[in-house]
Amino acid sequence: MIDFAFMSDTLLKLLGALPTTLTLFFSSLALGLLLALVVVAMRVSRWPLLSYPARFYIMLFRGTPLLIQMFLIYYGLGQFPAVRHSVLWVVLKSPYGCAVISLALCTAGYTAEIIRGGLQSVPRGQIEAGQAVGMSRWTLLWRVIGPITLRQALPAYSTEAVLLVKSTALASLVTVWDVTGVAQQIIQRTYRTMEVFICAALIYLVLNFLVVRAVAWVEHRLSPHLRERPLGAPGKPTPETAPHS
Amino acid sequence: MSTHVQAALSVANIHKAFGAAQVLKGISLDAHKGDVISILGASGSGKSTFLRCINLLETPDEGRIVLDGETIEMKRHRDGRLLPGSNRQVEAMRSKLGMVFQSFNLWSHMTVLQNVIEGPMRVLKRARAECVEEAEHLLHKVGLYDHRDYYPAHLSGGQQQRVAIARALAMNPQVMLFDEPTSALDPELVGEVLRVMRALAEEGRTMLVVTHEMGFARHVSNRVVFMQGGQIDCEGTPSELFEGLPTERFRQFVSSHQQRNHE
Repeated sequence: MIDFAFMSDTLLKLLGALPTTLTLFFSSLALGLLLALVVVAMRVSRWPLLSYPARFYIMLFRGTPLLIQMFLIYYGLGQFPAVRHSVLWVVLKSPYGCAVISLALCTAGYTAEIIRGGLQSVPRGQIEAGQAVGMSRWTLLWRVIGPITLRQALPAYSTEAVLLVKSTALASLVTVWDVTGVAQQIIQRTYRTMEVFICAALIYLVLNFLVVRAVAWVEHRLSPHLRERPLGAPGKPTPETAPHS
Repeated sequence: MSTHVQAALSVANIHKAFGAAQVLKGISLDAHKGDVISILGASGSGKSTFLRCINLLETPDEGRIVLDGETIEMKRHRDGRLLPGSNRQVEAMRSKLGMVFQSFNLWSHMTVLQNVIEGPMRVLKRARAECVEEAEHLLHKVGLYDHRDYYPAHLSGGQQQRVAIARALAMNPQVMLFDEPTSALDPELVGEVLRVMRALAEEGRTMLVVTHEMGFARHVSNRVVFMQGGQIDCEGTPSELFEGLPTERFRQFVSSHQQRNHE
């Protein structure tokens, strides 16, 4: 019943579209992260003039469907001559550009909130300790707040990355030939929905497995302080008098 | 108080309110080089807030701070609050004031050694090798050289606090501020931290110590300040205070502590 020859042929065709899916993912992840840093910097600002636009941004992009955002950017923006005549058109005239922009805009909203959660988890006392030795704001951000935030935010960020991998499938609906797009094309020609979509799902599954492992590896590398203390080191601290903070 | 000899640290007329609560009502204190001043008081008397105002972790509403002859510039915000005039000056001043916190506040993502060299390297911009050498010397002194590659989470409270003292000393500060350094420790760990502090006092370090340790106040410090309700109730040498018992409040405070220790 299962046609292995067809499946392996399909898998190969779908793998041909993998570079598109991968570049969609990595470019929107990178762009989204950069944007998220700006949004979160505004969001935690004391000035309402900065924090309210950021709040609005986060609400807007988390509160509306990504598919609609993508359609609005792909079908909607091109209607305005001002957009068509601006430098933005270089990116927005292509389906691929629209997909990257909308994926990045959307993930930035979520990522900003993830980073904000990480920022809030930085113990006040460790910030004060930095201030007390005379660190400037930048040194404090770079040496204390940043590293602690990064470690705190990584688990949630890996979930966001996984969601983003899956969201790239939506790009097929604005005519980008990614894995899902090619899968649909094959289905239209062969009417063999099951085999083709199972192959496509398999590719996303492996991709996400790798993403989760990669982030977990980074997390492990960055968190020696949460692991066991060094083996064979002298002067065992007594566990019952373990840290208060 | 002598004004002829320049004080290492001079703090005058500090006021601080949190909302409607007036926590500090005009505190002045001069610390001369080599002074070890214990600041005592019931909880809520404002002693920790006072210490935190000195290095501007809390910004006082009113008052003047002079460190080694240099007055910290303050400016008044439109809404009447006092703000530091120059962040750079505040940072420079803080680098000359070592602070030891009640809850240690070691940087959790850095090893013991990294915690100690961080300030000298990033704030004083000194060479790494030089910082490491000095840090190892300091860690020897507080008895934690063998633990230099541990992370704070792997140390006991007393060990963490000794690292925190080494971290503060690494900046070679002119004055050390201790904010209840033993209050978060289990009783059996208090001694190891007090021993390090006593050794510093004997070296001639200038120290301001907010504490509940009567023994330290009485036997190690050369001056004792007793705070009550945001003001200085009485101050003097340990014998003037503990033998003279100049005020009723201080008498009560001492007797309540004696009772507690006898229980």
